[in-house]
Amino acid sequence: MNISVLSGKGGTGKTTVATNLAVYLSSKGKNVQYLDYDVEEPNGFIFLKPKIQSVKDVKVRVPKIDSDKCIGCGECSKECRFNALAVINKGVVLFEKLCHNCGLCSLVCKENAITEKQRKIGEIDIGNKERLKVYRGKIDIGEPMGIPIIKELKNYLYKDSINIIDSPPGSSCSVVNTIDDSDYSVVVTEPTIFGLHDLEIAVNVIRQMNIPLGVIINKSGSEDNIIEEYLNSENIELLGKIPFSRDIAKAYSKGELIDNIPLGAFEKVLEKIEMGRL
Amino acid sequence: MKICLTATDKNLDSKLHSRFGRCDYFLIYDSETKEYYTLENDPNLAHGAGVNAAQRVVDENIDVLITGNLGPNAKEILLKAEIKCYKGEDKELKRNINLFKEDKLSNIC
Repeated sequence: MNISVLSGKGGTGKTTVATNLAVYLSSKGKNVQYLDYDVEEPNGFIFLKPKIQSVKDVKVRVPKIDSDKCIGCGECSKECRFNALAVINKGVVLFEKLCHNCGLCSLVCKENAITEKQRKIGEIDIGNKERLKVYRGKIDIGEPMGIPIIKELKNYLYKDSINIIDSPPGSSCSVVNTIDDSDYSVVVTEPTIFGLHDLEIAVNVIRQMNIPLGVIINKSGSEDNIIEEYLNSENIELLGKIPFSRDIAKAYSKGELIDNIPLGAFEKVLEKIEMGRL
Repeated sequence: MKICLTATDKNLDSKLHSRFGRCDYFLIYDSETKEYYTLENDPNLAHGAGVNAAQRVVDENIDVLITGNLGPNAKEILLKAEIKCYKGEDKELKRNINLFKEDKLSNIC
């Protein structure tokens, strides 16, 4: 079962919720995995402090041009949807970071001058915190595209465990790829106009993908009505609130899990799992 | 000599476009015949606008490019194609052509 934790807006508390939720469910005897899909900024391990047991490279396939066979016809450059190839003075110039690894260039080359080679773009760290299994995707510095790492992480989504997926922020390709196999989404928001704006976008994406969802208001305080009015009008379940508290901020800033985090929202998620509602 | 300029419109009175890959038009001017033609560019291309634009102007067999800013990918292609690139001024294309003829524009690559 896959439960994704996302937010739309960055900095609302995805990682706080995802790490503490994973630890909570694990403490209730569930078979839980935590997976950090936020490959550009995977912060979950700061709080979980797991023992890392293995590291696996993530590689993508990019074209390799045999310049002896290449006649400079320009067919590969013309067909490439991502403009990753140019043909200048009858020779191919390849821009590896623009390549989306589709393999079309090698198919259209009539001279068979294009084969594929592997290129490392990141890694996956695998470890555990007691009974909780943890995974973290990490993109190499300077690499523009994290989606191949997200896709690789999906190989570790075991059906008989509860997979808590810490999503990247925003609502673009990397988020869509993160949640496309989710059974449930927990959306973390904050009671600000910005929070509401990005929550609405995230909810629209999740609903288009037919994924059931519930919302947690983090940094909750006197202006929760900003979010609550929207949730009521859209008939979205409020799972719970985490207060805007100095103690919680302090623990977070030290890289610690939140001991006294209110459990209401987590209990609701557990109940859904146990009632077979997900 | 074939001179390519990044343009905001389709004539010599239009202003130089400061971006290469995401300009509106390429105006290609023949300094011998004083004739020119334009190519439309897609400024909203999702991927690889610089590479796409460089490939297009190289295929027109130009000798010189006058633009505002060139990205690293486009620069690599234009260097390989041995096209001389100059930084133009925020003025009409015809004035940029004159500045080029007077050798008053600085080299980009």
